[in-house]
Amino acid sequence: MHEVSRAFALALGLIGRGDQELLGIIGLSLGVSLTAAIASLLVGAPIGVALAISRFRGRAGLILASNALLGLPPVVVGLCVYLALSRSGPLGQFGLLFTPFAMIIAQLILLTPIVVALTHRFADGLWAQYGGALMVDGASAPRSVAIILAIGRASMLTIFLTAFGRAISEVGAIIVVGGNIRGYTRTMTTAIALETSKGELALALALGMVLIALSVAVNAVAFLLARAWRK
Amino acid sequence: MRGLKIFAAALACVLSAIWTWPMPAFAQERFITLASTTSTEESGLFGHLIPIFRKATGIDVRVVAVGTGQALAIGARGDADALLVHDRAGEDKFVADGNGIDRRGVMYNDFVLVGPRDDPAGVKGLRDVKEAFAKIARIQASFASRGDDSGTNRMELRIWSSLGLVPRGAPWYRELGSGMGATLNTAVEMNAYVLTDRASWAHFQNRGDLLILVEGDERLLNPYGSILVNPAKWPKVKTEASRVWHEWLTSPAGQAAITSYRVNGEQLFFVGNP
Repeated sequence: MHEVSRAFALALGLIGRGDQELLGIIGLSLGVSLTAAIASLLVGAPIGVALAISRFRGRAGLILASNALLGLPPVVVGLCVYLALSRSGPLGQFGLLFTPFAMIIAQLILLTPIVVALTHRFADGLWAQYGGALMVDGASAPRSVAIILAIGRASMLTIFLTAFGRAISEVGAIIVVGGNIRGYTRTMTTAIALETSKGELALALALGMVLIALSVAVNAVAFLLARAWRK
Repeated sequence: MRGLKIFAAALACVLSAIWTWPMPAFAQERFITLASTTSTEESGLFGHLIPIFRKATGIDVRVVAVGTGQALAIGARGDADALLVHDRAGEDKFVADGNGIDRRGVMYNDFVLVGPRDDPAGVKGLRDVKEAFAKIARIQASFASRGDDSGTNRMELRIWSSLGLVPRGAPWYRELGSGMGATLNTAVEMNAYVLTDRASWAHFQNRGDLLILVEGDERLLNPYGSILVNPAKWPKVKTEASRVWHEWLTSPAGQAAITSYRVNGEQLFFVGNP
């Protein structure tokens, strides 16, 4: 328990004096995870709704795949992205390995199946409710997708937060493709992994507390937004 | 829909704030990627060296700290511009295979055998590390191995094989597949013997009941070498900037910077011939 109280004091100290390096790390964590979560929403949500409202060949396969990929191991995704972006890989000429961009790509791949699967689930219910009316209205497919997303925006917020939560807490993929480079690709989670390795358990725990506080803050903002929506 | 617009606007603000966040390393245009070992990163050496180098040359060094085996693999795929690693045999093979050029000795320190205070194998104070390993194997005392093909792991395996022992798979021999720090953390909990480089140990905080039992055997010398990734094989390598780093490390200025690094007053890396 001594470790925990020391960690608490360290965490307060770090935040209190606005440690520059820590602020950079927090900024990068938020930047990478929010970008990946938003991108996954842009890619995954329309696919998820389309799966709910239309019938096409391969639909069942796609649903199965998106559900199965919920358990995609981050470190495998990291490895695949690594091999693709490596100088000896197909995209090597762009020099993207060990950059924040590579981390966003890896997280986007991790998050998209989550967004697709969850969006499909709630859109399925909405479509059963509103599908008939939309078809009578003669709404086109893209318009139907947009309307379903608008009706289900509270659920979309939950899905966004789920995706963001997965991204901000993830370490396996980003440490492989980002390289945990100080001041460049070091995030909250990779910093925690490093401090743990150094045996600086109290500092690692302190960083963990800061990360949790960050997560709570993002969720609180979302909660307030959702409440404003309902009015 | 108004809520959606507010949400989008808020997100746009947050993202633009984050992506324009003033980060010194982001602004640095000239940089090289260095694949190196956990011991050099975790001991804080790079935190000391790189600012000095950056000030002198304007070049930033982005360190990817992994085990020596993985660092060599990163270099062999062309994903780093230079290496700073510690496994002489592996380094020579890397150069012989055409992956790297101009291997130079940069610095050295040594490995130490760390173990539990009550020392069940009775190795404390031995000079001969082979004898210590033999005693540990004889009473089958817990031994934590990196098991990750790092320079430290390769050194440890060489000692076992010089004794004609193959401990792999034995219940007392724990192959962890982890970095130095994680291995030390686990060894603390298991009260196991463990081979570590002195720099990582000096910087390690969570020592529990472990202490240095065997040191000073000349077999335990740990030389670090700098290698440039071969630009003939990987044209995208930053030849010029990585050459500046390579030369600086072996220059009087670089060597003085290495020598001046201390943890709690203890010098952890030495230059010149051991």
